[in-house]
Amino acid sequence: MRKAIRGIYLIIILLFLYLPIVTLIVLSFNESKSMFAWRGFSLRWYKEMFNDTTMLSAVWNTFSIAMVSALLATVIGVLACVGILQFGKKGQAFLLGINNIPLLNADIVTGISLMLAFIAFGFYLNWGTVLLAHITFSIPYVILSVMPKLKQLGVSNYEAALDLGASPLTAFWKVVIPDIRPGIVSGFLLAFTMSVDDFVVTHFTRGAGINTISTLIYSQVKVGIRPTLFALSTIIFVVVMAVLVIANRGSSRQSSRNDFFLETPQS
Amino acid sequence: MKKLPAVPYIVWMIAGTFIPLLMIVYYGFTDRTGAFTTANILAVFQPVHMKALGLSLGLSVVSTVICLALSIPLALVLKHSTMGREGLIVFIFLLPMWMNFLLRTMAWQVILEKGGIMYHLAHMLHLPFPPIINTTGAIVLGMVYDFLPFMVLPIYNVLEKIDPNIIEAAYDLGAGESTVLRKIILPMCVPGIVSGITMVFVPSLTTFVISNILGGGKIYLIGNIIEQEFTTSANWNLGSGISLVMMVFILLSMAALMKLDKNGEGGMM
Repeated sequence: MRKAIRGIYLIIILLFLYLPIVTLIVLSFNESKSMFAWRGFSLRWYKEMFNDTTMLSAVWNTFSIAMVSALLATVIGVLACVGILQFGKKGQAFLLGINNIPLLNADIVTGISLMLAFIAFGFYLNWGTVLLAHITFSIPYVILSVMPKLKQLGVSNYEAALDLGASPLTAFWKVVIPDIRPGIVSGFLLAFTMSVDDFVVTHFTRGAGINTISTLIYSQVKVGIRPTLFALSTIIFVVVMAVLVIANRGSSRQSSRNDFFLETPQS
Repeated sequence: MKKLPAVPYIVWMIAGTFIPLLMIVYYGFTDRTGAFTTANILAVFQPVHMKALGLSLGLSVVSTVICLALSIPLALVLKHSTMGREGLIVFIFLLPMWMNFLLRTMAWQVILEKGGIMYHLAHMLHLPFPPIINTTGAIVLGMVYDFLPFMVLPIYNVLEKIDPNIIEAAYDLGAGESTVLRKIILPMCVPGIVSGITMVFVPSLTTFVISNILGGGKIYLIGNIIEQEFTTSANWNLGSGISLVMMVFILLSMAALMKLDKNGEGGMM
């Protein structure tokens, strides 16, 4: 009895979570442009997708910004972790404390504050300003993922490498980096995901010329979204799902995966 | 010399976080000519802005409470669930987040609109059709939908870490099931609950996207007011002033939450 109630509750919540997603996937196969009438199964929107240059450039912007910003944020974040550990106790607490500010800031505040600063310092709002903005909000996620691993590692391995004659750079590259790789990977993936998913910060820092997938969708909400965007999102969703399923099966080390999943929501 | 690697981070924090935040303060306290004024801050007392702020606070409190009420039983169910390993459950709850956030919200428009899925479903079951779209109800639904995982996962996370021996000890000492829940499990969940509340309350309070899509563009939350001042109205000073007031409310709520989570161990992260 009790098990049944638990099961029903879980099913209701899952229906609630997946109903909109199923709706979007179904609409992507609808022959009609209307969101309210089913006119039969069709792959029309999947074909049109490849001729829609506005959308293709939005896809390019989204993923190029995500890739570059995640890479740069990872480099800056990893270096920051190494440097921060050299400070005294108070310095460390302060530097990690300010790391929380961008995390806790509302997206809209991050967006408008960066926009005001860019304009005040004479930046022209375009791909580059979106990139800088995304690096800014990604760095804290990298630090949160890498710092615990680095603290766990301690300095003894690094010092042992120095004693054995390695230069500081070699020791760092050959000893420290391999040991904290899981943290670096999950930090990078988090940064990448946050960047792809972002709308609000991009909205304020993009200027008129460029679109990402999110801003393109937003610009069409009022006038009616073209189903090509449903097709695109369905493809992205299915690809991500497939990657996650394969990665889940492939890794016997369940724990490191869970770390990533459990850290994601607590952004 | 050894501290050198932290330099890019510190520079980036100053240039990307502190200076931009100071820009909001500067714009908030000046007028278009750059002269000092408190008019932008006091503008929050105008009826339109007061109404938007009040509505934002109300709706975000309601959606946070609903999320909390749904999440505690849900986290308990997940803990007892036999649906394979925990990784699978977390996977199922996070997967929806990989569908674009705007489209997911927009899908509710399709579902709730007259002539949409809910309409046909209600018709089939001979139930009255709830005209929820373009109301505050639809906005709350959107907030709960979008931010529910942010509440479930931190609570689930702390729940998983509770030592089963403690619960067993409570039973051994004669506590009943509801006592164990009230006196042992819930208090130990507080850190997760606190971070969950922050993760739901702040984005709900500041959203302009959900209200825009599900409110039919006629319901103004504080986020909508700020967004408009920065885009269509192009009055950055007023927008900054109102943002500052909004940030005060965020800080106040965080301070209150910090008090709740006295030991602060579970923390945000």
